[in-house]
Amino acid sequence: MLVELRDINKTFGKVRANAAISLKIPPASIQGILGENGAGKSTLMKILSGFYTPDSGEILLDGKAVQIHSPADAIRHGIGMLHQDPLDFPPMRLLDDFILGREGGLFPNHRKAAREFRELAGQFGFALDPEAYVDSLTVGERQQLEILRLLWLGARILIFDEPTTGISLPQKEKLFATLKKLAAEGMTVLFVSHKLEDVEFLCTEAAVLRQGELVGGAEPPFDTQRLVEMMFGKEVPLAPKKTARPGGKVLSVKSVSIEGVRLQIRGVDLNVRAGEVIGLAGMEGSGQSLFLGACAGLTQPVGGSFCLDEDERDMTGRSHLDFKKRGVAYLPAARLEQGLVPGLTLTEHFVLSEGLGGFFIDRKKAEALARERISLFNIKGTPESVVEALSGGNQQRALLALMRRQLSLILVEHPTRGLDIESTIYIWSKLKERCDQGTAIVFISSDLDEILQYSDRVLVFFAGQVSPPLRAESLSVERLGALIGGKLWENLPKEAANA
Amino acid sequence: MRDTPARRVLFQIGAVVLALLVTTVVLIAAKAPPLAAFVNIVQGAFGSWDVTSNVLVAWVPLLLVTSGLLLTFTVGLWNIGIEGQIILGGIFATWALRVYGSSGMSPTLVLILAFVAGMAGGSLWAMLAGALKTFGGVNEIFGGLGLNFVATALNIWLIFGPWKRPGVASMSGTLPFDQRLWMPTVTPQSMLSVPTVIIAVAAIVIVYLMIQGTYFGLRLKAVGKNAKAAYILGIPTWQHMMASFALCGLFAGVAGAVQVTAVYHRLIPSISSGYGYLGLMVAMLINYKAAFAAPVALFFAALNVGSIQLPIVLRLDSSLAGVLQGTLVLFVLLGQGLRQRVLKKSQVAS
Amino acid sequence: MTENEVLRSLAGVLAAAGPVIFGVTGETISERAGIINLSMNGTILLSAMGGFAVSLSTHSLVLGFLAGAGIGALVATVVAFSSITLKQSQVAVGFVLALLCRDLSYFLGNPIMGQMGPRVSLLPIPGLERLPLLGPLLFTQDPMTYLSFILIFLAWFFIFRTRPGLMLRGIGEKPAAAYVRGANVGRLRYFYAALGGAVAGLAGPIYSLSVKAGWKGTISGLDGIGWIVLAITIFGGWSPFRAALGAYLFAFLQWFGLVLQPSLPGVPSQVLQVAPFPLMILTLLLVNIGQADWVERTLARMPESVRRDLSKVLRAMNVTPPAALGTPFEKD
Repeated sequence: MLVELRDINKTFGKVRANAAISLKIPPASIQGILGENGAGKSTLMKILSGFYTPDSGEILLDGKAVQIHSPADAIRHGIGMLHQDPLDFPPMRLLDDFILGREGGLFPNHRKAAREFRELAGQFGFALDPEAYVDSLTVGERQQLEILRLLWLGARILIFDEPTTGISLPQKEKLFATLKKLAAEGMTVLFVSHKLEDVEFLCTEAAVLRQGELVGGAEPPFDTQRLVEMMFGKEVPLAPKKTARPGGKVLSVKSVSIEGVRLQIRGVDLNVRAGEVIGLAGMEGSGQSLFLGACAGLTQPVGGSFCLDEDERDMTGRSHLDFKKRGVAYLPAARLEQGLVPGLTLTEHFVLSEGLGGFFIDRKKAEALARERISLFNIKGTPESVVEALSGGNQQRALLALMRRQLSLILVEHPTRGLDIESTIYIWSKLKERCDQGTAIVFISSDLDEILQYSDRVLVFFAGQVSPPLRAESLSVERLGALIGGKLWENLPKEAANA
Repeated sequence: MRDTPARRVLFQIGAVVLALLVTTVVLIAAKAPPLAAFVNIVQGAFGSWDVTSNVLVAWVPLLLVTSGLLLTFTVGLWNIGIEGQIILGGIFATWALRVYGSSGMSPTLVLILAFVAGMAGGSLWAMLAGALKTFGGVNEIFGGLGLNFVATALNIWLIFGPWKRPGVASMSGTLPFDQRLWMPTVTPQSMLSVPTVIIAVAAIVIVYLMIQGTYFGLRLKAVGKNAKAAYILGIPTWQHMMASFALCGLFAGVAGAVQVTAVYHRLIPSISSGYGYLGLMVAMLINYKAAFAAPVALFFAALNVGSIQLPIVLRLDSSLAGVLQGTLVLFVLLGQGLRQRVLKKSQVAS
Repeated sequence: MTENEVLRSLAGVLAAAGPVIFGVTGETISERAGIINLSMNGTILLSAMGGFAVSLSTHSLVLGFLAGAGIGALVATVVAFSSITLKQSQVAVGFVLALLCRDLSYFLGNPIMGQMGPRVSLLPIPGLERLPLLGPLLFTQDPMTYLSFILIFLAWFFIFRTRPGLMLRGIGEKPAAAYVRGANVGRLRYFYAALGGAVAGLAGPIYSLSVKAGWKGTISGLDGIGWIVLAITIFGGWSPFRAALGAYLFAFLQWFGLVLQPSLPGVPSQVLQVAPFPLMILTLLLVNIGQADWVERTLARMPESVRRDLSKVLRAMNVTPPAALGTPFEKD
């Protein structure tokens, strides 16, 4: 089926997720949709599959305009989507998950369904037992189940959102074989991914989104450099950087392994020194948040150890509050959900983090403290402002202002996400100030320019794999983009930078 | 439509009006004269000094309980186990009176000991519910409920067992304590004891100051509004939850002690008299803001006492008070949701 | 006791568990869809009073039961409305309704207190009633008790063997996944909350028209049953058979307490009657302990093989509620 998206627009609050996107996808093809985090890929696909309705624009199937207002409409038109986080039912058996949602009589015919299930599974070579439970399946197997289900419901257009996240290599190869087979049978396959190698191998065409717009397309043979350029933008001449003079040991990560829900990190080594800035690069969900959380004591590693300071105090297994006491600060990305308390004022936040002595709140002292911090960090708000009324940039400034005076390590997730240029520069100037005072910083960012601009060394995360620390000078936007997309990892061990 | 204080009050008044309307309908369904019923309640509460003093008698434990609950609500907990905490307070107070009552110590000292024991009892029982939640993952609603029933059973066992009246155990409780061990009341016949009123008022003032004016209170608020962020800000969350349980239990224990020493002068099977659940409703109605606790608790106490006469005068069950209280809280809750929905719709439209 | 007496007592236990079965089954359905109906205690009282009142004035047992079901459905709809449409806390509204409905039942039921009303009579099944053991036990009961037996199977069959039952499990487990499969989550939740409420609402009339016939207000002994129902629903792991087991266990423990009464003169009856409650707390403790923070942290530090085994044990004990229980469903 020929799928056409015409002039699709979708805005969430102040964020323009999709801006006038028009795209034509021919049948019997595998269309790649590339883009970095926040480019708008998932939103566009969710519109096509009926999960969202566009603010304006049309969807045409085989030249005819169709109304898709819900997932039920979409599947009726033959559009099915495999979401990034599998939307299935873990405690149920495969067969039940398979049958659920299919229209029919009061009593589902289990035997017939099981037979058809096995037939379909056989066609694609999937080894799935209908009597097994969904939560016993690996991610790759859950995908296979969903593929079978959508095909059984008559899908002719299949959308795969980041399908290779968290699956093993043999499963990936199987998936690719499946996709090629589907395309060969005349299906329209949409493959949303940030993994360049996968797209280059698999797709008959690629479209690139950036910041809500369709910036370009490409056909095989693919030019990686061109793709990276479209995804991340042109290289910006970097401002001259002050090289840090690294001081004493702040954090020693030794052979740390962490088990997440969908991926595992194994054997990471890292030595962070005072005054250093370490950037953690990679697409969201590649393991950086997991790693950073473990450095803060919020998640427990299953192997290895975390040691703080020169005396290499072993903090493995200790709670985050213990880490805090040793001078570690953690700034989460979800400012309002995890970092700040909605309903409390700025003054109240400062009071809470300062640990002022006494029983009764000294209002004068508290207000003075708040005014001092507000001016120091240029927060557009009054001591009485509730944090949810502040803009994103000011919330981030507030988070910075909440940090204690003496810190050895600042762990920050996405310090400038969603902020304008002015706030971004300001936030970094404040962070750099800390560096000059000897604090080390480890930060996560999806913005390659930010990573290259501010890091001394960079770790790249890809599907749970962690690169050895790389000197930032040795990286360019293209190289970093390629690494994030999973390419060029072969030569890394040779150039591992030493502390 | 913007969210102004005026609009908020409008919705609340609407809730009150709706509650009165629904109660009127209920009265009509019961073939009872609505106006006469309402008038009767008012008379039953404020018609004479006797009944007014009884309203104050009911107000004291209710205010104590509400004060304590404000602490657990601030930290985001549903302390349904409050009834059991009152009971344990009463039990411990009775124990103290029994042990020290005839020891020769001055009655004042014995009474003070009884109150301290009551605080300990309520606090311990609350911390048990807290421990079940923190270390056992048992939801405080069901843990509290279960403990309520256990406390009731314990109470009855004591009344019919080890602490029973000489001769035949009786539903009217343990043997009444000697008069010198009674809290001083306004008149010998009245159950109203001024010291207890002072204690209750002190309780709400203390809780108000604690929540609004201390670092501890601020930390409780933070944990209640966003436990994850509070933790990252450095606040040990479960310790604060346990502390709030302990403090709430303390206030509940005092309420139990008041019931034993000032109202009934003995331990009775229904020593908690439903004040725990009523306190939960008061707290919900005042939207967990201490400033309105005293007047609303007084209002609810007046409804309870005022409806005592209903069976006699109008042949109506005194549970009419509960109907009024319940519909009021229900409509305030629903009104809250309605207001938020209307607000959201107008925001989207703009 | 003679064998006959024992059999008849046990038959009584089965009958006494009947209303609890209705309550637990109804609540299981509601919670499977994601709605906790904390008003259960009040609902049972109100439906008991209402059913008795209607039955008294119409002289019809059927109408009485229907009234009870209707009341249950109505109260449950209020809870559903406040949660699904108004996005308020199910716990808060449910709790208030528990108290409100209880007081409503006392108030409106006052005039009919103590009156004699229609009563469901025993309906021994001809032929089967003469079977040894099973006859007096299972087949010499009244229609509602028979219905309670059937209800267990019916509920189980519906939830686990039919297409709509499958969707019911879906919306309570992961509403987003059900949504992408075409379900109108809000509408289904309303429906199942009301259905669950109706089934639970039948528990009340069973008391007032059968097991504890009549309406006796505050001394009806019904106050508290609703809370037990909620606890047994959790104990039952949201599965009709296991929930029924919990109900029978509860009824049996209560009866056993009464039996033990004469041999324990020092212990008042109420104490033995609350014996199920500490048991309930213990059960809740065991089924939830695996998720406690300190347990997770201790687990993470153990060697892999120990960790795997312990995790398995904890997971077997664990009773997982429908994952979306109590949470409203929002698309964006």
